[in-house]
Amino acid sequence: MGAENFYVEAGHIMMFARSIGDENPAFDPTRTDPSTVVAPPTFVQSSAHFDPDYYLRPKIGASGWFGSGGTPSGTQPDVGGESTGGRQGGGLHAEQHFEYHRPVVPGAALTARVSDGETWEKQSSRGGTLVFRERITEYVDRNGDAVVTARSVGVQVIEDGAS
Amino acid sequence: MSRSIHDLTVGDIVELRLVDDLKRTTIVQYAGASGDFNPLHTDEVFATEVAGYPSVFAHGMLTMGMTGRVVTDTFGVDSIASFGGRFTAQVFPGDSLTAVLTVDAIDTDATTVSVVTRNQRDEVVFSGHARIRADQPT
Repeated sequence: MGAENFYVEAGHIMMFARSIGDENPAFDPTRTDPSTVVAPPTFVQSSAHFDPDYYLRPKIGASGWFGSGGTPSGTQPDVGGESTGGRQGGGLHAEQHFEYHRPVVPGAALTARVSDGETWEKQSSRGGTLVFRERITEYVDRNGDAVVTARSVGVQVIEDGAS
Repeated sequence: MSRSIHDLTVGDIVELRLVDDLKRTTIVQYAGASGDFNPLHTDEVFATEVAGYPSVFAHGMLTMGMTGRVVTDTFGVDSIASFGGRFTAQVFPGDSLTAVLTVDAIDTDATTVSVVTRNQRDEVVFSGHARIRADQPT
């Protein structure tokens, strides 16, 4: 999820904390001094909102969303060559790791730079080959200082006989 | 609520109930907050009829986000140096999750903990580690 301007906002942090069932007042500007609000450890995942090309968000005016509408599959668009995450040959999230260099706080405008990491394969015990792909996302602030380094690993199942 | 790492010893355990009877709406709430609107998580019709799953299922990052509570409730947010792990089973609506944090090592510069989240059938759904910096005042 690359983003040039990931604006970190207290209200977004509050909504994110609610969504993970976290009542810690440190994440809620209505229950603590707003100047002391910090983001929970997995909050940078929500930089997806600030990635203009993020393929798992319906785009305004676009006809190509692959969720159900008039048909169960929507319009089956081209989703940019990326997986839809399902058993249609897509990938799933296998691992996620974060390293924290500086706190993520409201007012920050972070840049998220994505690069490919390693790729490796494993035989699945249920048949087929598991293909693992690593992606590194560096979140840096306006001074160019590292804030968070995220490493995600996605896994895709390639059925035996498929090429 | 948070404690100094100086209060802990190796082998100490902190257990936290994360969710009872996970609701589809909670998964949708996470989709909205995180920005990941994958219909596998938000669209029962797509998940069952197109993708062939028994129902929608939770984002791995919802499970990891909830699991992070056992770390931040124990140590606060500011001193966490790293947090990561593997998603080992899918989490479906109706599941109930419990996280267990175990103190693995206490060094002069950091404390290392393992964090394992299980569902109501005692299956591990997330397994990971966190490092907490020892920069808190004594």
